[in-house]
Amino acid sequence: MPELIDILIARYNYWVVICLMMIGLYAMMAKNNLIKKIIGMSIFQTAVILFYVSIATKHDASIPIIGHGHNGHHAIHAADYMNPLPHVLMLTAIVVSVATLGVALALAVKAYQQHDTLEEDEIIEQLKTEYLSQ
Amino acid sequence: MIWQFDLIILTLVVISGIASISIRDLLGASVLFGAYSFLMCLAWAVMGAVDVAFTEASVGAGVCTVFFVAAVFRTSRRSKD
Repeated sequence: MPELIDILIARYNYWVVICLMMIGLYAMMAKNNLIKKIIGMSIFQTAVILFYVSIATKHDASIPIIGHGHNGHHAIHAADYMNPLPHVLMLTAIVVSVATLGVALALAVKAYQQHDTLEEDEIIEQLKTEYLSQ
Repeated sequence: MIWQFDLIILTLVVISGIASISIRDLLGASVLFGAYSFLMCLAWAVMGAVDVAFTEASVGAGVCTVFFVAAVFRTSRRSKD
């Protein structure tokens, strides 16, 4: 049992990832304001990126940049460096998350111009009255 | 990776995330989200992902905050929850 407790404490990154994911999911589901929902979506995406960067970290390793690279060829021990592959993939994920955020904010601005409010329940009420008056 | 720094920065990340979805003023929520992005970029710099860290600093803490402020400027600033 103490070994299990030690393992759970040593993986604190993943507990923080779970907390941030649940914060983002709560904001997307339970908040009424559209901007708050979009902030929750961004928090969720950042939590996923933090999960992948936590996978790539390694104790007693340096960042994945080769020192003295211009001094000719000498052997590179891959165990001395962190894993650079998740970092490269997460650069793409950050750019995609910014594109998603831009589209979501543009849709929120159009919804405000149509309904003159950002609250979801008021928008649903307006749509209901519009549907019943037809 | 220094685990004390890592733990402090991750705690601040969780606190600023909770604050940015619980504040009622939408401009304040945008500024707090920019602070959240910057703290997350510090966490990645501590973990050794330098390229991810400065991409997040320029894109997450820079462009996203500008987008949020522009959207709040075009819509309303008050929120009910």
